[in-house]
Amino acid sequence: MPLLGADMTAGRLVAWHKQPGDVVQRGDIIAEVDTDKGAIDVEVFTAGVLEQILVQPGEKVPVGTPLAIIRETAEAPPAPPAAPAAPAPAPTGPGAAEVRARVSPAARKAAAALGVDLATVRGAGPDGTIRRADVERAAAAPGAAAPPGEPDRQARMRQAISAAVTRSKREIPHYYLSTTIDLHRATAWLAEQNATRPVGDRLLAGVLFVKAVALALRHAPELNARWEGDQVVPSEAIHVGVAISLRDGGLVAPALHHADRQTLDELMATFRDLVNRARAGALRSSELSDGTITVTSLGDQGVETTFAVIYPPQVAIVGFGKVVERPWSVDGRVESRPVVTATLSADHRVSDGHRGALFLAAVDALLQEPSRL
Amino acid sequence: MTREEVRQAVLRILGSIAPEADLTRLDPDVPFRDQLDIDSMDVLNFFVALDKDLHVDVAEADYAKVSTLNACVEHVTAALAGRGRNGRPRA
Repeated sequence: MPLLGADMTAGRLVAWHKQPGDVVQRGDIIAEVDTDKGAIDVEVFTAGVLEQILVQPGEKVPVGTPLAIIRETAEAPPAPPAAPAAPAPAPTGPGAAEVRARVSPAARKAAAALGVDLATVRGAGPDGTIRRADVERAAAAPGAAAPPGEPDRQARMRQAISAAVTRSKREIPHYYLSTTIDLHRATAWLAEQNATRPVGDRLLAGVLFVKAVALALRHAPELNARWEGDQVVPSEAIHVGVAISLRDGGLVAPALHHADRQTLDELMATFRDLVNRARAGALRSSELSDGTITVTSLGDQGVETTFAVIYPPQVAIVGFGKVVERPWSVDGRVESRPVVTATLSADHRVSDGHRGALFLAAVDALLQEPSRL
Repeated sequence: MTREEVRQAVLRILGSIAPEADLTRLDPDVPFRDQLDIDSMDVLNFFVALDKDLHVDVAEADYAKVSTLNACVEHVTAALAGRGRNGRPRA
């Protein structure tokens, strides 16, 4: 059972997508587990043959419990139990997403409450989307399962968030910095780009923010790390987690892998895919476990400044607020300029305010040259 | 498409974007972003769906003009009425 959050202790096996005897490749989705973060697709991190299933659908097991045994390719003796918690890069981009039925959050919530296996539900919504009514109809059908008698997923997610932020505030000495960034070049560049693009290829400002953070981290490696035990473990790879609110409450922060190496178009496609899959309950295990820093924004909700709580074991989180027009001094004149407030919450055990300030200055500088992002 | 058919199509798209919303309570003259819990990605997905389902590509500069249900239906209906023989809106 993979560890998909700092305070996750157990998960329930929902379904197997591979059967004993099936050949599996690295990155294949072999199972679906139900966690406090919702339904997560479990990837396999080795190539071979699925030899034995150790946990049956419906069973709830502690984190770290082997789910299956995979015999690795070209290996004579049986391989040790698979360890699905091991991190590995996930395929990115919409094309890599598993083709699966879309499930509305309300339907997923109803399925959990009513004990309905979504694999048995036929969606009557647009493009086969499973809606709440479809689940309720399935629950009313003869032979439908009884309610499991546990707190629903929304309540469990609240508990998981509560545990994570309490731990964060208890163990991590946060320090906070903020800066206001002039976005007139970035917004003008974005408008110019989007004016020539078909709607499906347009960029959001949030993608520029993520890319600027990712590139700035190359010069502030102490912010791109994990706190493990009693020491910091720097990460060479830059996997930016993006906080995504879920429709029935709670949030997840799946990672945009190697965000510093992706073009803006690639990042946009991956980001859009992540948001859609997060809300459909179709994230992959590595996406939840690999983040090395998180970016959060409440600008869409009208907030101008976000002082976020670090998501352990990460050591920093960057917040962006709403893009607003503000008076701005330019060469001795006052102009109206679009600006955004960027904040850094960082772990003082790992970095100091001086380095944090340089990091925010780097983010600012990068956003002044959007065409180079 | 008639105006009512466009209205139903727009509501269907909004329903897919915000499945938890009770669209029967949507005020057609108030920006739906103020009434539904949707973000920038949802808005983008809404316009992507408009293009996919109704073949109307709303320019980003016009997003603000179609922020309410009524304004959106009006804009899409007008675009479809101005559609050329190639099936794409002229404006």
